[in-house]
Amino acid sequence: MIYIIAILTILFVVLTFKVISQTRKIINKNKAAESDPSYQGAPDSANNINAAGLLIFWILAVIATTWSYIHYSQYFLPEASSVHGRQTDFWFWVSMAIITVAFFLVNSFLFVFSYLYRHSGKRKAAFYTHNNTLEVVWTTVPAVVMTGLVLSGLVVWSEITSDAPEDAEVIEITGRQFAWMVRYSGEDGEFGKSNYKLMNDGEGNPLGLDFTDPNSYDDFYNSTELHIPKGKPVLLKIKARDVLHSVFIPHMRVKMDAVPGMPTKFWFIADKSTDEMKAALGDSEFDYEIACTEICGKSHFGMRMVLKVDEPEDYAKWKREQKPILTLNPDLLVHVPEKLKARALRYIEADALPAANDSTAVAAAVEIN
Amino acid sequence: MAAHSLAEEHGHAEHGHEEHHEQGFFSKYVFSLDHKTIAKQYLISGILWAVLGGLMSVIFRLQLAFPDMDMTFLKPFLGHWINESGKLDNNFYLALVTMHGTIMVFFVLTAGLSGTFSNLLIPLQIGARDMASGFMNMISYWLFFIAGVLMFISLFLPHGPAGGGWVIYPPLSALEEANPGSGTGMTLWLVAMAIFIASSLLGSINYVTTTLNLRTKGMSMSKLPLTIWSFLFTAVLGILSFPVLFSAALLLIFDRSFGTSFYLSDIYIQGQALPNQGGSPILFQHLFWFLGHPEVYIVILPAFGITSEIISTNSRKPIFGYKAMILSMLGIMVLAFIVWAHHMFVTGMNPFLGSIFMLLTLIIAVPSAVKGFNYITTLWRGNLIFTPAMLFAIGMVSFFVSGGLTGIILGNAALDIQLHDTYFVVAHFHLVMGSAAFFSMIAGVYHWFPKMYGRMMNSTLGYIHFWISFIGVYMVFIPMHYIGIAGFPRRYYQWSGFKVFDTFADLNIVITIAAAITVFAQFIFIYNFFYSMFKGKKASANPWKSNTLEWTTPVDLGHGNWPGEIPTVYRWPYDYSKPGAPDDFIPQNVPFSATPESNTPEENELIAKEKEIENIKYDHSIPD
Repeated sequence: MIYIIAILTILFVVLTFKVISQTRKIINKNKAAESDPSYQGAPDSANNINAAGLLIFWILAVIATTWSYIHYSQYFLPEASSVHGRQTDFWFWVSMAIITVAFFLVNSFLFVFSYLYRHSGKRKAAFYTHNNTLEVVWTTVPAVVMTGLVLSGLVVWSEITSDAPEDAEVIEITGRQFAWMVRYSGEDGEFGKSNYKLMNDGEGNPLGLDFTDPNSYDDFYNSTELHIPKGKPVLLKIKARDVLHSVFIPHMRVKMDAVPGMPTKFWFIADKSTDEMKAALGDSEFDYEIACTEICGKSHFGMRMVLKVDEPEDYAKWKREQKPILTLNPDLLVHVPEKLKARALRYIEADALPAANDSTAVAAAVEIN
Repeated sequence: MAAHSLAEEHGHAEHGHEEHHEQGFFSKYVFSLDHKTIAKQYLISGILWAVLGGLMSVIFRLQLAFPDMDMTFLKPFLGHWINESGKLDNNFYLALVTMHGTIMVFFVLTAGLSGTFSNLLIPLQIGARDMASGFMNMISYWLFFIAGVLMFISLFLPHGPAGGGWVIYPPLSALEEANPGSGTGMTLWLVAMAIFIASSLLGSINYVTTTLNLRTKGMSMSKLPLTIWSFLFTAVLGILSFPVLFSAALLLIFDRSFGTSFYLSDIYIQGQALPNQGGSPILFQHLFWFLGHPEVYIVILPAFGITSEIISTNSRKPIFGYKAMILSMLGIMVLAFIVWAHHMFVTGMNPFLGSIFMLLTLIIAVPSAVKGFNYITTLWRGNLIFTPAMLFAIGMVSFFVSGGLTGIILGNAALDIQLHDTYFVVAHFHLVMGSAAFFSMIAGVYHWFPKMYGRMMNSTLGYIHFWISFIGVYMVFIPMHYIGIAGFPRRYYQWSGFKVFDTFADLNIVITIAAAITVFAQFIFIYNFFYSMFKGKKASANPWKSNTLEWTTPVDLGHGNWPGEIPTVYRWPYDYSKPGAPDDFIPQNVPFSATPESNTPEENELIAKEKEIENIKYDHSIPD
């Protein structure tokens, strides 16, 4: 690659000097022939070179664009793994086809006209000031095309942003400098209340769970992987802890900002499991990834989380294996009000109980276990 | 181009003699009230800023193409921003990206473009001796200068300049603990921008007032060159939208320094829950983009005007669809105010609002397309002279078309989900507004240099400059679209942490090399510019055989522009290659009575009214 660039660079420099020296010669010759000294902008003989240059540029550009487009298209949109993703991909390629045609067509007119109508002393330009029919035509045609694209876009957009189905799997994802954290509602299917004022990294409560709400006792969280079931609607409830972030899952065509103080959401159906993608791509290392796309500070580029799309039964099994936040951080028990202690203790493993706990709590724990 | 109502004409005091008062160095070159000098001040400031902004882009492009590169050689310039292992500091990377954006958008393409050409051309093309208020004009430049000094100082702060992206979204920009650039660097950014806005408003008010009130005899609105129309629309956009950015900045200053919560709510950072509640970061985004979107038209409308003028002159052909051009600019101006939230489709804004803004956004593509078609039809059957200015103007049209097309995809909310904040967006706006406006600015300099300095720029160097820049820009931004389609996020220090973004290493190298060559090619222009200023060939009064009024002034034009009376205007500015006329151009100040051979029947009827125009009396109490 480097060598090709080096050769091209040298070629480019040599050609540039060639063009300069040629142009200079011609210009100098032309100057003598100049009749009207006050007409300093009169076309010099470089005029034809520049006109030809524009045409040659365009021919080369068409070749280069076409080749590079075909060559690199293998890396374009990574394979869509969500239902709405294939829909937006379809409309992306439809729009792309339209604008590619327009790109080649309009630029061709521009450069071909530049060449065809280069200055000639024998000819006078046409005095062609306006043509209302033409104006109407080229106002209407883009307007009609736009209307078509807008309508398709509106339909797809309103489907994607519609309310999630009732049975959607709800998962909360929170952005922080510089990592993602996900929370699941646990076996009761209800998220416990949370409050940013209760957040405490040191205590093991980075999401600010409110332990006066018993729904929070079985909530579990993960800071390395997001697991979701295949083929089932998943509703991401998106939050941010410090600054703006944005959840971006390239393969799922999912992107939504995480805003402090304003929870957002995005729902989608992933229909290719991680294992299926591994097999399809022949890449045993493959994983879906989550990135951040809203500038959030110095390690913005490092907010990576792995997304695992599991078969529904694997997903259910994985969920059962996860330990609630309370189980992992038994010291959080101090935030549980006295009358709810018994319920909370179900989630505390016996050997993890703080030594200083009062005997009734221990007794209750033993009883439940 | 039928009969014009002349009753509304207002003019300027005619002194009929040149003012000969001695000026000292300071009042002539520094605190000058002369619109031409102020234009040059804006231009040279703009060039200096462009050099800085361009070099910044080379540094961060190096980082993106060669993430493992040893950058120790930059240590003499960047000091501790290159760490012990020779790596670019990642906070400074963000600062570079932020400052590149801020400098290019505001200091180069707003102040450098509008400031230069509105100041230079409005009085000269409408036939006025100076701006409505020379004093306000001077204040406008010096406020811009102060804003620039503050922004420049921020580059040398120990914690670096602002680093939250040029859009400075809070809370990142509001909390010093979130980002080192959000400390003093951000304070200076905000203060500099507040002063910049004041400067821009003073300038814009002047442009509007001058255009509406100081036109010469016969210069009705329907005879204005498209340049003036575009400057007028730009100024109106600026007056109505910049104050909103000011309010956004002011509220951010309150949040940063006085404990308010306009944009802050529910934040836990570095082990601390902040007391702020009830604010909304989205509010800032709405306020920011209420300027931010019109801003791209503030950048591109003057580019349209300059391009129209240059293409028409060098095609030796009237601009095609003069009225359609004005109407499409008017349409763009009005629509520019109601499309801002297409920058916010995935911010969590109500999806219904997203639908509305998608609809409005795609409507704005229509007048933009009309402009492109009109330019191309102007070339059709022309007699094209490829001066450096003409080449750059054609390049501008090509960039505008190529870059504008991808806007159709980004304006579609459903498709924007995947592409938002990826390199597809970066490639899109760099082509459609960055490079296009930059090219028109360069084109304008080549074209009006003879009016600014009385000398010609070297055209051979101009051709070389064009070809390297033109090919270079496409080599940078076409591949960048590919990277964007693959989903690469912008403002990433490196991508190798992600498997999905671990491709395209070769294309990133191509882009960086092309970008570096393009940036360094601009030094050819800078050399040409300063060399020609002193050593260039002496220009004639009308070197391009152009129709507009500025070419009726003498080569060494002093204060007041015309030594005698200001010329009277009889015709539109695009009478090129008129059938029957001996020359291929008829300047605006040539009466129809002098061109019986080329007049249309309607124009022959206008001859009777010429005396009426000439006898218009102006209010002489208006000072020069």
